[in-house]
Amino acid sequence: MTLGFYPGCSLKGSSREYAESVLAVAKAFDVEIEEITDWNCCGATAAHNLNKELSLALPARILSLAEKQGLKEIVVPCAACYSRLTVTKHELSKDPLLKATVIEANGLDYSGSVSILNIIQMLDKYITPNLGGRVVKPFDHKVACYYGCLLVRPHEILKFDREEDPQSMDILMLKTGATPIDWAYKTECCGAGLSVSRTSSVGRLSGKIIEDAKDRGAEAVIVACPMCHSNLDMRRDAINTFLGEKVDIPVLYITQALGLALGIDRKKLGLQRHFVKVTV
Amino acid sequence: MSSDPHHSIISGLSSDVLEHTEVKVSKCYQCGKCSAGCPLSEEMDFPPSVIMRMLQTDNPDLEEKVLRSFSIWVCLTCEMCFARCPMSIDIPKMMDYLRERSLKEKKANPKAKEIVAFHKSFLDSIKYTGRLYEIGLFIDYKARTLKILDDLALAPKMLKRGKLNIFPELIKDRSGVAEMFKKSSKKNNT
Repeated sequence: MTLGFYPGCSLKGSSREYAESVLAVAKAFDVEIEEITDWNCCGATAAHNLNKELSLALPARILSLAEKQGLKEIVVPCAACYSRLTVTKHELSKDPLLKATVIEANGLDYSGSVSILNIIQMLDKYITPNLGGRVVKPFDHKVACYYGCLLVRPHEILKFDREEDPQSMDILMLKTGATPIDWAYKTECCGAGLSVSRTSSVGRLSGKIIEDAKDRGAEAVIVACPMCHSNLDMRRDAINTFLGEKVDIPVLYITQALGLALGIDRKKLGLQRHFVKVTV
Repeated sequence: MSSDPHHSIISGLSSDVLEHTEVKVSKCYQCGKCSAGCPLSEEMDFPPSVIMRMLQTDNPDLEEKVLRSFSIWVCLTCEMCFARCPMSIDIPKMMDYLRERSLKEKKANPKAKEIVAFHKSFLDSIKYTGRLYEIGLFIDYKARTLKILDDLALAPKMLKRGKLNIFPELIKDRSGVAEMFKKSSKKNNT
């Protein structure tokens, strides 16, 4: 079966290495991936902060395009897009009036039939069951698995893993040969959408995350969200300013760490694109 | 808005919140878990539990303060408050409504100028292209805030790493997306 793919804007721009590593890992296991044609931005934080109707209409258009393309299942690697798409599907399914405003008013064909997978669910379904014998370069490092907010909350809607001490990424990393550490900031917020408009807040919030990972001996932080990545990686100057010291722990997408364990070329995983040099 | 307490019980902000979000502020018993777990509460003028209490009073002056607060804009919707609330009150959903309302009534806190500007620049960017165009977003944001020098050093570093697209990605059905913006902003100030 073909797995649909919604990259979202970050994966085409500032986080293209996430897309590169997702596709490289999928290719290594012959998972057939098909991008949704003519997809649009999900609206992200901006839309749901300013305009509820738009925040549902934009993801609804994406899901409607996926249906039109005959896709039954899509993977959404960005945790923020995953959240917006899943919340939209949930809201439209429980409120017929809202559905009328969003779907009919915009002339969309939408039945809500597409199932939405986040990156961990995709890996657990298509990759890890076939992992045996494929790990050629065990990722033999102490890692802090950082889930952030939108991959696990709100649980009422996402129904994925535990809200405050999730395990799925830790279990996956164990299988690559890594040693996941026990730490306190697994699901604390990185500062997300305030990256540009209030960088100092991001320095503080992301700084605490990096600090705890460092204090507990992590050699790398593993993430599954482009916003988490850009705040922990691209905003490292603001983080170091907050911490008053230079911390150079690299931040890797889960698909990059997995790709390394599979022996995929570092360049194909986009590791050279990071701000904090990937030394692991 | 009337200051008559009996009137405001049926027409106050808390009943609007209930109508639009199904969030019942009266369920809050002030345990304070939301404020304790909120990563931004120390930067807020009123932490989440205090916002809840202000809404419970149905006092128009306090409602006005909520709509003019910095709290509602610095809230990141990280969903921690909702996760920890023993009464399962969907505070983030309520915050979305309060922000929308605050903007519509032109009451956004002046300290939140940059935050609101960023959201507006973001939406403007996708309105015309269908997808986020990061360079366009930065230029639009700088024009709105006059924060010309902020993050200027970041762009060449991003370019060098192939993290910035020089040209926007244009979707085919741009008019369809633009139409969505038009329909939804009729009732809005975005």
